[in-house]
Amino acid sequence: MINKSLKELAQALGTKQISSVELSTLFLDRIERLNPEINAFVTVDREKSLKMAADADARIAAGTAGALTGIPIAQKDIFCAEGWRTTCGSKMLANFIAPYDATVIRKMHHEAGLVSLGKTNMDEFAMGSSNETSYFGAVKNPWDRERVPGGSSGGSAAAIAARLAPAATGTDTGGSIRQPAGLCNLTGLKPTYGVVSRYGMIAYASSLDQGGPMGASAEDCALLLNTMVGFDERDSTSLDRPVEDYTRGLEQPLAGLRIGLPKEFFGEGCDAGVMAAVQGAIKEYEKLGATMVEISLPNSHLSVPAYYVIAPAEASSNLSRFDGVRYGYRAPEYGNLDDMYMKSRAQGFGGEVKRRILIGAYVLSHGYYDAYYLQAQRIRRLIANDFVAAFQSCDVILGPTSPTTAFKIGEKSADPVQMYLSDIYTIAVNLAGLPGMSLPCGFAGGLPVGMQLIGNYFDETRLLNVAHRYQQATDWHQRRPDGIA
Amino acid sequence: MSLTLEQVQRIAHLARIEVSESEALTTQGHLNGIFQLIEQMQAVDTTGVEPMAHAQDLSQRLREDAVSEGDRRAAYQAVAPETEGGLYLVPKVIE
Repeated sequence: MINKSLKELAQALGTKQISSVELSTLFLDRIERLNPEINAFVTVDREKSLKMAADADARIAAGTAGALTGIPIAQKDIFCAEGWRTTCGSKMLANFIAPYDATVIRKMHHEAGLVSLGKTNMDEFAMGSSNETSYFGAVKNPWDRERVPGGSSGGSAAAIAARLAPAATGTDTGGSIRQPAGLCNLTGLKPTYGVVSRYGMIAYASSLDQGGPMGASAEDCALLLNTMVGFDERDSTSLDRPVEDYTRGLEQPLAGLRIGLPKEFFGEGCDAGVMAAVQGAIKEYEKLGATMVEISLPNSHLSVPAYYVIAPAEASSNLSRFDGVRYGYRAPEYGNLDDMYMKSRAQGFGGEVKRRILIGAYVLSHGYYDAYYLQAQRIRRLIANDFVAAFQSCDVILGPTSPTTAFKIGEKSADPVQMYLSDIYTIAVNLAGLPGMSLPCGFAGGLPVGMQLIGNYFDETRLLNVAHRYQQATDWHQRRPDGIA
Repeated sequence: MSLTLEQVQRIAHLARIEVSESEALTTQGHLNGIFQLIEQMQAVDTTGVEPMAHAQDLSQRLREDAVSEGDRRAAYQAVAPETEGGLYLVPKVIE
C-alpha cells in the first residue's frame, strides 16, 4: 500500500478495499516509527488527521467524494492551517497556531477532501537549499542519512522518499521544490507564477514564491496540482484563468516534440555523473520521438547574482512583520520599544534569515537602490527575454536540476555562496515566472539525479506529459531507498 | 566593493536586528562574500532595459470598497505575545 500511486490509492478507497482512516493510520504509524531519525515532520496531530480521514470516509460513503478524497498527504510547514502549529521552520513561529487556512489548505483539505498527515520540516522561512537552516534541525536524506535532502522543501521530499506520505506540497522561490525532488528521486512541479494562490503561504520573496506538488510521479503531481490551482481574490497576483485538468494530456505521444538543450547548462560546473544521467535521458527522449535543439540562455549565469538581490530585498520587506507585537516570538527581556524589536528579531531569526534581511536592507537603502535593486530587475528582464527567444525554437527545455547529487550535512553550511550555487540551474525559472519540473533520471554514486524540464508560460500540461511519457519508458522514479520498509 | 563593520552595524540597525561586535564581524565576512557574487551584475550594460518587478505584467486588480471579512479580532489576538482589552501591548513610547 505504501508504494501505490495516488490513482491506485483512489481506486482502493473507492472500492472500499481500504478506508481513509486505515490508510491514514498506516502512514501515521510509519511517521511515528521512522520520523525520529529522518526528521521530515515538525508537527503531527494524529487526532486531527484521523478526524479528517473519518470525514473523508463519510464523503466516500455518501457518494460525494472527489478524485482524491481520503488520500493522506503532507503539508510543507509554510502553509497556514487553522488550529495547526505553523512554524515556517523558525523559532520566530515555533509556537504559532495559525488562526486561518491558506487557500491551498482550504482547497486541498476542505474541498478536495485530502487528509493532512502533518506539517513538514523546511529551511527557515524557505531560505536554504539543504534544510539545514531549520530551527527544528536538519532533515536526513532517506537515500543516505549523512546527506541533505535539499531544500527548502526538504522535509516534504524526505517524507515522500521514506514513504511517510504518498505525496506532499512544496513551495519554490529559487528551486525549493525541484532541487529537493532531484536529490530525493522524486517528481516535483513549480507552476507558472500566479497559478497557485499565495494566500496564507508565509511570504519569502513574493514576486517569486509559488506553491506546487511533489510526489513519486508526474501523474501524481498532475492529480495533486488539480486540487491546488484556481483564481483567488485574496491573492492580488492570482491569475484568473479557465480551469484545466492537468491529467488530460499525460498520454500524448512525444513524436515531433522539440526539446531545447541550453548550452550553458551542459558546460563546466556540473558533475560528470549528473551529466551522464541527463545525457541518458536525452537518448531516451530521442527514442520516444523527440528532436533535440541546441539553444542558448546567454544571461543565465547572472541569475544567481540577480536573485540574491531581488529575493533578499523582498524578504527584508516581508519579514519586517515579525516584530514581536502581533504574533510570533517576543524576547523575554527588553528595554524600550526599539530594543524589543531588535532583541526579538535577533533571537527569533536564525543566521541565514538574518543575512538575507541585511542584504535586502542594504540593496534597498538610499544610494544603493539603483546600482543593486534596479540593476537586478533589469537583468531579470534579460533573463526572461532569453527564455522568450528560446521558446521560438523549442517546446520544452531540458537540463540538470542541480549540478551535484545530495551533499553531506555540514558540507556547505559554513559558506553561503557555495550553498547558493547549488541552485544555479533552477533560479532563472523563478525570475522569469515559468513552470519547471524535476524528475528522476538515474543515479550517480548510488545517489539520485534529477533532470529539469522547463516549459513556456502555462504549459504545465505539456511538462507533465513530457515527464509522464518518460516515466512510462523508464523506472528510475520507482526506485526506493533501502531500509525504509 | 566591501562593507565596513560600521556599515554592517548600520544596516542591522535599519533592519532592527541586534548584533554583537563578534556577530557583526562574522556577518561582515559572509556579506562581503555574497556581494562579491552579486558584483558580477555590474559588468552588464543594461541601458534601456525596462526593470522587471514581476513575472506577470499585470496591473493591480480593484474591487468594490465593501467589507468582505468578518470580525476575527479575538482569534487573531489569541496568538499575540501580550494583549489587553483588545489592544496589543508594547513598551511605553510616550512619557
